[in-house]
Amino acid sequence: MTSKSSANSSSVAIEVQGLIKTFGTGDASVKALDGVSVSIYENEFFTLLGPSGCGKTTLLRMIAGFEHPTSGHVLLGGDHIGHLPPFMRPVNTVFQNYALFPHMTVGENIGFGLEMLGKDKSEIARKVDQTLAMVRMEEYVNRKTSQLSGGQQQRVALARALAPEPRVLLLDEPLSALDLKLRKEMQIELKRMQHETGITFVFVTHDQEEALTMSDRVAVMKDGLIRQIGAPREIYDHPTERFVAHFIGETNFLEGELHDINGSTGMIKLASGSNVPASLPDEAAAGTVTVVVRPEHALLSTSPDNASLTGEVKTIVYFGTDTHYHLELESGDSFVVRMQNQRDSGTDYQEGSKVGITFKDNAVQVLKD
Amino acid sequence: MANPRKNKAFNVRYMPGFTPVTMFCLIWLYAPLIIMMVYAFNSERSVTNMHGFSFRWFEQAAKNTQVQDATILSLQIALVATIIATIAATMAALATTRTKPFKGHAAVYAIINQPLMIPEIVTAVGTLVFFGLIKSATGIHGIGFLMMAHTVFCIPFAYMPIRARLENMDLTYEHAAADLYAPPMKRFWRVTFPLMFPGILAGAMLSFVISFDDVIINLLVAGAGETTLPIYMIGTLRRGLTPEVNAISTVLLGVTFIFVVGFFFLTTNKKK
Ligand SMILES: Nc1ncnc2c1ncn2[C@@H]1O[C@H](COP(=O)(O)OP(=O)(O)OP(=O)(O)O)[C@@H](O)[C@H]1O
Ligand SMILES: [Mg+2]
Repeated sequence: MTSKSSANSSSVAIEVQGLIKTFGTGDASVKALDGVSVSIYENEFFTLLGPSGCGKTTLLRMIAGFEHPTSGHVLLGGDHIGHLPPFMRPVNTVFQNYALFPHMTVGENIGFGLEMLGKDKSEIARKVDQTLAMVRMEEYVNRKTSQLSGGQQQRVALARALAPEPRVLLLDEPLSALDLKLRKEMQIELKRMQHETGITFVFVTHDQEEALTMSDRVAVMKDGLIRQIGAPREIYDHPTERFVAHFIGETNFLEGELHDINGSTGMIKLASGSNVPASLPDEAAAGTVTVVVRPEHALLSTSPDNASLTGEVKTIVYFGTDTHYHLELESGDSFVVRMQNQRDSGTDYQEGSKVGITFKDNAVQVLKD
Repeated sequence: MANPRKNKAFNVRYMPGFTPVTMFCLIWLYAPLIIMMVYAFNSERSVTNMHGFSFRWFEQAAKNTQVQDATILSLQIALVATIIATIAATMAALATTRTKPFKGHAAVYAIINQPLMIPEIVTAVGTLVFFGLIKSATGIHGIGFLMMAHTVFCIPFAYMPIRARLENMDLTYEHAAADLYAPPMKRFWRVTFPLMFPGILAGAMLSFVISFDDVIINLLVAGAGETTLPIYMIGTLRRGLTPEVNAISTVLLGVTFIFVVGFFFLTTNKKK
């Protein structure tokens, strides 16, 4: 099931094994990470996605070296780095509040890492120019960092972390302080820079859209655990848990009976009595299960005869590019269908009409829970 | 419209009598200083009748070898005390703000700041007795004792602005430096120190002023012939008021004013 799109499966950049982190002691202790294991590949844009407090920052800080694991291992290129202090790890961080040194110019900020690595002046100057060009900030080299806008500071922070050419770049919600337009711009920039440099990016966000558009792979986290890892398409089309399905995009949940299991597919008998094919998670067992269907993976029809489900249209919401139909099924459950608007298609359905629902291929996904 | 006070949040400017009370306090505070400064420029030997304008008392004070010696001594003591106290206070501030909370953290704060609360005369008596013991046991005398006493009571004054500065300083700068391959010492000299420097300077200036105008410790602890400027001034006042003391006071006031302005600028955060 695990696909690695652009990543090369033979070379693992960061590997984390059974990482547990507990803050505090006794009754006041908080388990920020509860046994996280993951391999992040070279040249991969890897995203940690999850709600507030799920342990994303803690995991990132553990890779950077600012926190030490309660138990578990952190490996970089196969070597244990768990015991190394941050300044001995070839890993750089873009901080959420940028943390640009206020007493240094833009150029000095970007050259800082190289200087600490003991590079000579001419090489530092060359690399600073090159990195500034990459973030399109050449003319700002002698500016004070306090004279920059939020977006510009963001670019400088990125350049500063990229200049020493780390093995892995860690980004903790780097775009959350920017307004929407700038954020969209920087999403594209970040993606471009990851391609240009070939450096592994580990990106933290709680914005599911950002995660889906930018990543090669996404790890969805909850309560200190990774619940599912996969390519964006896989996570979106084949969520294996209620939480993942709910957290990413809009979803319809239905109850059904799983039977005729054949590898990773099977048949679901819905409440309406009709049978539909479904994709299964690992270790699925026959019996009552919950399935998910994305609103855009279902179709409406005016003839309820051959449909998998039947229901009544309750509300119609027009969105320009598409229309959302909120239905009430015969079973009493609600169900949403999203259909793209065709030009001059007119309105086949009115509120109150009886309709049939059919599913597109591979639309039904069985959940583990 | 009828009653604007009702519509505003509480604002002292609308308190009846607030302005006159403030004016009274300000006048009471600054009038003596202004009068003192005016008579420093008197051409006659009077601090009650103004005759003409002259710099004669400033000249006389500057030429007075006793004033010169006392000033040099005061400067020496203040300088040594300031340097040692500021270094100690800087290290104390780093230790109390840049380490993980430890058992007895609060007690350390209290112990460092306690000298501010102990009456100075008590400290002076204690120091006198303590130094007396050492002096009689070792036979060592000299200016070092006075410098040591000054250093000790300057530390909490130097500590306050340095700690305030460090507490306002985001730890992520130091994290960023560590992330960018700076080992601990380089991190301190390249990032922590430059960023905390205004606090250190402010602490040093405060120590200097506090040490320079100290009277009580000097009176009790100073050995024979160790006359600091404030002690000399008190001595001459006993022999009668002359505009020379006014002139010295005016110079001191001017220097202090510069320090206070400097302190204000250093401790006011100029955040964007
Ligand atoms: N230094 C700390 N001391 C005590 N508890 C901590 C500490 N750091 C994190 N935690 C706790 O660990 C859990 C995970 O925190 P973490 O910062 O990793 O979450 P996050 O996923 O980054 O959340 P957000 O999206 O809000 O940034 C939280 O419950 C948090 O309260
Ligand atoms: Mg976080």
